[in-house]
Amino acid sequence: MKSHRLLAALLGLASIAAYAAAPPAADAGAAWKEECGSCHVAYPPRLLNAPGWQRLMQGLERHFGANAQLDAQTTASISAWLQSRAARSDGRHDAASLRISETPWFVRKHREVSAANWRDPQVKSAANCGACHRGAERGNFEEDEVMVPDSRSNR
Amino acid sequence: MKTFGAILLAVCSLPAVAQTPSEISAAYAEQAATSQPGFSASADHGRAFFLKKWNVTEKMPSCTACHTERPSAAGVHAVTSKPIKPLSPAANPQRFSSPAKVEKWFRRNCNDVLGRECTPGEKADFVQYLASSGGAQ
Repeated sequence: MKSHRLLAALLGLASIAAYAAAPPAADAGAAWKEECGSCHVAYPPRLLNAPGWQRLMQGLERHFGANAQLDAQTTASISAWLQSRAARSDGRHDAASLRISETPWFVRKHREVSAANWRDPQVKSAANCGACHRGAERGNFEEDEVMVPDSRSNR
Repeated sequence: MKTFGAILLAVCSLPAVAQTPSEISAAYAEQAATSQPGFSASADHGRAFFLKKWNVTEKMPSCTACHTERPSAAGVHAVTSKPIKPLSPAANPQRFSSPAKVEKWFRRNCNDVLGRECTPGEKADFVQYLASSGGAQ
């Protein structure tokens, strides 16, 4: 009788532990896609360096004007996932504001985009990758999938 | 032994199972009734709440700023332009099936649009509206 109770207790503890443990790496990627891709394109980790991601994930309650807070374990899990896939810390993928669009790399890559393009109502903001990067939702930002909308010609 | 088994069962069922919009609305209505005896969710109130121009912030003056005035229509994020799937469960069966997700989005969007948390009554009315035929339009 005693061993039955012990087994039940262990099973109970195991199930609690399973729910309480941080999601494994594969799930962290899925959590990133779901949580970080719910209001905007899930910006790929390689666009910012690890310290940048760490700072951003520590300040989710003031995420560019919104409160994007998640529970502690999901935050830790996604943060680790991002940092392990981040850009090298060489300044190119760094921005005091934490805005990817203000990193030197981004500015250089988009130097041919005019002010008018950014202002176009179909674009609205540099956060809106999908306006020109038609494969953004699939994580594809290659130039062959870029189509810049031009409201003037109704394209 | 019986108590132990009951506790074990309760512990194993901790994660919220999928629910229906009506069940979710009913849960909020129950909460609301603790401070407003006799409260029952109203789809009409929910619709008015959804359409209201709160004007607390410039970018998200109302729920409709992102979700449009028709819950069955796809919306667009007012700041990032990201496409938003329809709110109405009739158009998007995944809506209002996970209490945890519903709470997360209420917590975020009520702060964004109303500048405060929504009351349980407001949540009950809103979910009731979307679960009703009015919300299917």
